[in-house]
Amino acid sequence: MRTSTGGRIGQYAALLAYLVFLALPFLWLVSIAFKSPRELGSLHPTWFPQEPTLDNFRQAFDEQPLLRAAGNSLLAALGAALIAVLIATPLAYVMARHRTRLAKAATGWVVVSQAFPLVLVIIPLFLVLKNLGLINSLPGLVLVYVVWALPFSLWMLVGYVRAVPAELEEAAAVDGAGRLRTLVSVTAPLLAPGIVATALFAFITAWNEFFFALVLLKTPEKQTLPVVLTHFIGAEGVADLGPLAAAAFLATLPSLVVFAIIQRRITGGMLTGAVKS
Amino acid sequence: MRTRLAGVLALVLLLAGCTSGGDGSGTGPVTLRFQSLAWQEESVEANQELVKEWNATHPDVKVEYVQGSWDSVHDQLLTSFEGGEAPDIIHDASDDLADFAYGGYLADLTDLLPARLKSDIPQRSWEATTFGEGVYGVPFLQEPRVLIANATWLKESGVRIPTPRHPWSWAEFRDITDRLSAGDGKYGVAWPLKEPVSATLNLSLSAGGRLFHRGADGKVTIRFEAADETVPRTIHDQANTDHSASPTTLGSGGSDTLPGFFGGKYAMVPLGFSYRQQIAQQAPKGFRWQVLPAPAGADGLAQGVSPQTLSVAEDSPHQKEAVAFIDFLLRPQNMVRLALGDWMLPTGTRALKDPALRTAENGWATGTALAAHLRSAPAQSVRGYPEWKDKVATPAFQEYYSGAIGLRELRERLEDDGNLVLARYQR
Repeated sequence: MRTSTGGRIGQYAALLAYLVFLALPFLWLVSIAFKSPRELGSLHPTWFPQEPTLDNFRQAFDEQPLLRAAGNSLLAALGAALIAVLIATPLAYVMARHRTRLAKAATGWVVVSQAFPLVLVIIPLFLVLKNLGLINSLPGLVLVYVVWALPFSLWMLVGYVRAVPAELEEAAAVDGAGRLRTLVSVTAPLLAPGIVATALFAFITAWNEFFFALVLLKTPEKQTLPVVLTHFIGAEGVADLGPLAAAAFLATLPSLVVFAIIQRRITGGMLTGAVKS
Repeated sequence: MRTRLAGVLALVLLLAGCTSGGDGSGTGPVTLRFQSLAWQEESVEANQELVKEWNATHPDVKVEYVQGSWDSVHDQLLTSFEGGEAPDIIHDASDDLADFAYGGYLADLTDLLPARLKSDIPQRSWEATTFGEGVYGVPFLQEPRVLIANATWLKESGVRIPTPRHPWSWAEFRDITDRLSAGDGKYGVAWPLKEPVSATLNLSLSAGGRLFHRGADGKVTIRFEAADETVPRTIHDQANTDHSASPTTLGSGGSDTLPGFFGGKYAMVPLGFSYRQQIAQQAPKGFRWQVLPAPAGADGLAQGVSPQTLSVAEDSPHQKEAVAFIDFLLRPQNMVRLALGDWMLPTGTRALKDPALRTAENGWATGTALAAHLRSAPAQSVRGYPEWKDKVATPAFQEYYSGAIGLRELRERLEDDGNLVLARYQR
């Protein structure tokens, strides 16, 4: 199907508008992070700081243990992503390849579980973790993040597995490859982009998560970045805007970096998952 | 969110028979966890320094500083209490304590408080943390609502500058904002009323407004009487009749009004006393500002406040030590450090006499002169108040201030709908 020149221009304009819409809050955040308090109080705000300053970053680091919190967030997010993928991958394979009633019920349950409000989930989790002695511990938090990310990870991966033609596995079997060899040599490489995309999803979910971390972590040494960011907000929502923006800007960087590094694989993975065999 | 979480937590954890954690007792030095909500740079510094000083002089009782956040303190504390993981010493605000006090989460400090601390803080401040027969927190910092004014604008206009001794009346205030308004987008006042209820109720005390009336049977009813009308009617008329108040800031928070204030759009902004810190930081060079007392009514400069508080967890196995630390933290000279760090007023009478809090610089003296007029916020101990505020009063006041409804409908909604809400809590 050919698209007219006007239509194509319209598409590009819409895409550009969408990109600008997505980028504006982030660019504004960066702008605030480099502005002095006087510029922040100006009636006529500018996109570019007139007198750029690093004071907000200095103050943010002086006031709060941002590096330690970022380290905690990184550990929790990496741990959650890794474990979620390790658990979800074989489960997804079974659910995709063996379309039994049980698999269908499991898929339904995965979908329904996404509708649960956060506060319903935290109660049983809190009690279980307390009995296990895992309150105020990063392993406990990782466990929660895995539980939280698992349904959607599973759902994503089932789609990716279904996109890998079963005929390839059958051909490998005909050629004499065993089940394990087929999985490792044939299925896994084709599934890799999907696994990476799923891991990234789990990572970002855990990296940005606030409520579980707030409730489950008690001591400052364990707190994650989203929790520490709230320390820049005072009573009645008054915020120390400059340092808050500086800290929030730093908090977004790891996600952006990870995303930038593996975005090509993700795109490939998403396309793979989108095509029906 | 808060209400939903509270309900679910209470129900589920009750059913689960959740027990409190270990008492942590044993040999060796006692460790207390102090969860502070200090958030401004100077305030965090002051708190951490005081903890260090305590630890240096009390080898047997070590205090661990834990940073909390105003934004999420209620939910975080609720789960901590239920899970038996609460900090020993808890920083909060008095209007957040009622649920915790009635829920049995906080220790009754009546018999634990040292005489020095009890007598240093006036009874009117203790009332903010007294629920039923017990005292569940030590009120230590508070802030009145003041008028922050563009000093140059006021001087050039020739209006009388009010002082705590000779404040403006509400009628005079309305007249003056009318005189200060110059049209073309310049207003005498900008009311940031994103949260209209507490601002209105607290200021209404000056005119004798009480709104909540406790009967002989102990039950509270809402009556919107003539004295309750003074403040809301002034704001309404400024915004809708005189056009001396900016209509656009009625839905804004305090910080949102500052750029317009600095840019010369508004002559005055009613704000909490601690906003001076932001103003001192953000005001353009050469911008002259001053702190004026809020207008006075039949009851003078009286005003409601919800002081910041320090409480002790009921589950803490070291309540005496925790109170000893609070006593240390709130020694007069330490209270001054905390007050300066937060740009607020201390509740302690001795701390209030400190010269550092009586300087004219940044309006400290004006604020200190108001301290004697501050009272416990009118409704903070009324059960059902949060629901009344969210479901009835906030939309009603917002609609009234925007001109969508009149005073009669405001009264009907506050009273009729409000009393139905309170009745459910008082059966």
